[in-house]
Amino acid sequence: MSPISLLGELGRAILNMLAAFGRVALFALDAVSHIFRPPFYPREFGIALLNIGWLSLPVVGLTAIFTGGALALQIYAGGARFNAEAVVPQIVAIGMVRELGPVLVGLMIAARVTSSIAAEIATMKVTEQIDALVTLSTHPMKYLTAPRVLAALITVPALVAVGDIIGIAGGYTVATQNLGFNPAAYLKNTVDFLEARDIVSSLVKGAAFGVIAAIMGCYYGMSSGRGAQGVGRATKGSVEAAAVLILAANFVLTGVFFSL
Amino acid sequence: MIRMENVHKAFDDNHVLQGMNLDIPQGTSMVIIGGSGTGKSVALKCILGLIKPDSGMIYVDGKDAQKGDRDAFLARFGMLFQGAALFDSLPVWQNVAFRLLRGSLKRPADEAREIAIEKLRRVGLKANVADRLPAELSGGMQKRVGLARAIAAEPEIIFFDEPTTGLDPIMSGVINDLIREIVTEMGATAMTITHDMSSVRAIADNVAMLHGGVIQWTGPVGQMDASGDPYVEQFISGSAEGPIEAVR
Ligand SMILES: Nc1ncnc2c1ncn2[C@@H]1O[C@H](COP(=O)(O)OP(=O)(O)OP(=O)(O)O)[C@@H](O)[C@H]1O
Ligand SMILES: [Mg+2]
Repeated sequence: MSPISLLGELGRAILNMLAAFGRVALFALDAVSHIFRPPFYPREFGIALLNIGWLSLPVVGLTAIFTGGALALQIYAGGARFNAEAVVPQIVAIGMVRELGPVLVGLMIAARVTSSIAAEIATMKVTEQIDALVTLSTHPMKYLTAPRVLAALITVPALVAVGDIIGIAGGYTVATQNLGFNPAAYLKNTVDFLEARDIVSSLVKGAAFGVIAAIMGCYYGMSSGRGAQGVGRATKGSVEAAAVLILAANFVLTGVFFSL
Repeated sequence: MIRMENVHKAFDDNHVLQGMNLDIPQGTSMVIIGGSGTGKSVALKCILGLIKPDSGMIYVDGKDAQKGDRDAFLARFGMLFQGAALFDSLPVWQNVAFRLLRGSLKRPADEAREIAIEKLRRVGLKANVADRLPAELSGGMQKRVGLARAIAAEPEIIFFDEPTTGLDPIMSGVINDLIREIVTEMGATAMTITHDMSSVRAIADNVAMLHGGVIQWTGPVGQMDASGDPYVEQFISGSAEGPIEAVR
């Protein structure tokens, strides 16, 4: 392949990528704008709250408790190398609240919610249910996308808060049961160390990740190709995109909150 | 009332519609016939704006269908999809009453349910299917639920994409009568796609044959047998010999 045509290929790939970003951004703006414009579909919103929020609790809780426990063990082992075992409560708290809580919940939501939204909407697309919605005077963005995005915006921060608390509880359990920490002192150290900024950043990250997860599921579902293969591709693409965007957004938000 | 002028639509290099012209007067029943894959479903979707034609004009009531208030436009239509396209997360009666449960036509749930059950009865389904999910019904039953949904809000213009495929002959007869009734009694304008020649004769005021991306022949159903058009004649007789290639 000649250098010129290689350059051409590269240019084309970059242009395609930019075009895809543009499409996603326009879709996201459109989706968000429909949240505020009637008609509203309270029933669909209720179902989305249940599916995205309530039914994600078990997986979020389990992820957080094991991560918190492992974190306590690692910090203890690492800290022991320079006689700093005592920092376990502080570092578990900061690690869970600032980073691991939001990121792990975000990724779990990408796995659980993004995939199911994408598969559901893609199946609706493939079986002409989206077309049927339109002919029944119902806007798919309002009926399908807006309730899910709004529900994710509200429930994922709550899930992150729950994950933070359960993660800290996991660290607490391991530290007090296995590592000989005093329970009361552990809790006091945790509470004293956390700042408002840590908690706010955790919730803001949760909201951002929730919106990313829901929008990527809807976007890939709505732009699904035909047939079972189309549904499979849409689902895979949505989870990949949501996970990568969540991690990228996490980096940006961490920068915004903690390096300025 | 509905007029298609020189409508073109291609998917990549698959040129489906290549200058389709069609006129459907108000309150009449038009039946589209034509081989599988000739673009009959695509033509319906173009009128509804579900697929954007590459070129050409579509008028409804003399107004450009692609411009103007989309909600008001769609509120006049009912559509039965070829694959029924029922919402699989909703029970049958909520599918049928979908329009009556939300939006501008919203009414109390028990009233909507009653209307749904009445419409189900008209397509030959008993009230006990109302609370089942679409996935629990047979293909023919799903088709009839789709039909009930299309007519539930009593739209002025109704499109039926193969309403009787997958139905037994008796049920086909019931559905044919129903479509005829909707046109003659409710004054609706209907456009039906079918492969079933007995349906054509039962439903149609006018017939149009789509082939090669254009309307090959159109005329009143009474003239169909004496059309003199080799395409139509081959289609009616179902013969493999003729201008339409039957690849074997
Ligand atoms: N969304 C789409 N994307 C790509 N190609 C399409 C799409 N919809 C239809 N086609 C193609 O357009 C052509 C006509 O399809 P259409 O569904 O209108 O056929 P039809 O006349 O309704 O056939 P049948 O009687 O079997 O239902 C087919 O070749 C089909 O592959
Ligand atoms: Mg078809």
